[in-house]
Amino acid sequence: MPAQTSSVKIGDVAIKLHRVGKGTPVLFLHGANGLPQWLPFFDAIADGYEVLVPEHPGFGGSDDPPFIRNIGDLALFYLDFAEALGLERFHLIGHSLGGWLAAEIAIRDRARLLSVTIMSAAGIRVPGLPAGDLFIWGPEETVRNVYYDQALAERMLAMKPTEEQMDVLLKNRFTATKFGWQPRWYNPDLEKWLHRIKVPSLVVWGKEDKIFPYQYADLWMKRLPDARGLVMVEKCGHAPHVEQADSVIPKVRAFLKEAAR
Amino acid sequence: MKLLSFHLMPYRPLDFEAAAKHRSAWVVLPNSLYDPVKGAEEYERHIDFLVRGEALGFDGIGVNEHHQTAYGMMPAPNLIAANLIARTKTVKIAILGRALPLTNNPVFIAEEYAMLDNLSKGRIIAGFVRGIGAEYHSSGTNPYFSHERFHEAHDLIVRAWTEPGPWTFESENYNLRYVNLWPRPYQQPHPPIWIPSQGSSETVVWASHPDRKYPFLVTFSSEELVTRYLTAYREQARKHGYEASGDQLGWAAPIYVAETDERAKEDAKRGIETLFNNYLRMTSEMLIPPGYTSLSSTKNFFKMRQTMATRDSFQSADQLIASGTAVIGSPKTVRAAIERMREKTGFNILIGMFQFGVLTDELARRSIDLFAAEVMPHLRK
Repeated sequence: MPAQTSSVKIGDVAIKLHRVGKGTPVLFLHGANGLPQWLPFFDAIADGYEVLVPEHPGFGGSDDPPFIRNIGDLALFYLDFAEALGLERFHLIGHSLGGWLAAEIAIRDRARLLSVTIMSAAGIRVPGLPAGDLFIWGPEETVRNVYYDQALAERMLAMKPTEEQMDVLLKNRFTATKFGWQPRWYNPDLEKWLHRIKVPSLVVWGKEDKIFPYQYADLWMKRLPDARGLVMVEKCGHAPHVEQADSVIPKVRAFLKEAAR
Repeated sequence: MKLLSFHLMPYRPLDFEAAAKHRSAWVVLPNSLYDPVKGAEEYERHIDFLVRGEALGFDGIGVNEHHQTAYGMMPAPNLIAANLIARTKTVKIAILGRALPLTNNPVFIAEEYAMLDNLSKGRIIAGFVRGIGAEYHSSGTNPYFSHERFHEAHDLIVRAWTEPGPWTFESENYNLRYVNLWPRPYQQPHPPIWIPSQGSSETVVWASHPDRKYPFLVTFSSEELVTRYLTAYREQARKHGYEASGDQLGWAAPIYVAETDERAKEDAKRGIETLFNNYLRMTSEMLIPPGYTSLSSTKNFFKMRQTMATRDSFQSADQLIASGTAVIGSPKTVRAAIERMREKTGFNILIGMFQFGVLTDELARRSIDLFAAEVMPHLRK
């Protein structure tokens, strides 16, 4: 079943939204690189669920409203988004920047949330263990650092983006900078409020993540009050749902099922 | 023509072999490569060199701000300016400039400039810049908001200099309950503001605006680009409805003068090549962080870089001389290059960088003396 893509208006802001499947909604929040391609992960989760994958304001095909200046603005925007779409009860999955965003949303209003899945997330800091700096890495270096499997990295590097895709990637990089440059990929005020995420949560991490090393997962586990499990994926870098989708998908599906009970 | 002697204050004792192992001479170059004993000596010599500018007849001497790099030892240029004020009597002191967006309270910059203006009894030229891309890494300032911060900081500083305080300032980035400058600047209404730039069109439009008419200084560019940017400023001024004067147009370039072209090239070669290839060496990610320039400018930059990367990226003295990026030669050759630029653009501010890269004090002194004796008088005509 192919994903349906539409433009939805949240206030004055047009958001490009991809949807697939039928059932309880699962809102997936993408990372700093945006949504360069549709992932098998989405289709696999969509069996029995409606997966919604919006492109964040300032990313891809969505508008870039100037009033969204920081991660708190973005989180509140997504509360508007959920209201506008009539999402009464939904699961939230966020990867990287999207994981940070998921937590920022959940500490503000968890009333609509069935669960939160935090995957390779930005947002908090482990003192003495700074995140890998993808703002100083070159483009090739970044791809090599994102994936553990260098053969996969080679394949990614071999794909030459079109000019249109390059424009989107540059736009995404600008917006990622807005949210993540300073402090570098965290909000110093987030960690102390994570106890407010009183819904079932799952932490998914690549053991070989070079951006947020696996110790970050331990801190999330410590702070999330209803963490049901830690999925630590061996031989995996910063994108477990891409690099080790086969091992991640059943665990996420099992968690969604359990969390909805 | 207004003539300035300008200095970056490079750390010359740098171990180039060790430095080459790192991504850049900026941000990530370990400061274990800095030897304070040698560095202290460097400061003394560099300052002495600038001070000589007054006796040689320059209108101004200039410094600027760069952070966490061997390229320049002046993270706080106003400290050097204070020192220069104490050691000179009449020469203008140009700070080219302070990087406005990098601080969280631009009133501190307004205060420092006002202090220097008082200390020098009105000899300060206040340069405003955004800092180069690498400085957004080293200062933690978000480049996405760079332009916005620059414009807000500029407005705040000019108001702080000119409007009787106390008053309150509100903007996206700076919110200050009390702005009330002690001391106020010595020059009225405020020190001249100059804008060093690499030629971005946004800056041209802004600096040339009739409310500002700020002198626009093009730095480190080929003759072709300097001509293009200065012409763009002139044309923009006409669009604004006035004719730009030569005193609004400046050119900053490395200059080396010797008896003959051959001798000049031989003397300057190592200095100019280390400046462009060792001290200025940095990645695109450092030079143009996202948001530092507009989407379209950034896109153009990366396209240009791609074509450049296919060629040998080493910039030789010959190339730098041929493109007019560096003005190196006999007094006659140097006079001709400057005259040519004057004919093409009508520019009237020349900022000479007489020391560059590892160029020794002895050679730099010989060159600036010759410039003062055999080039300067012709430019004064």
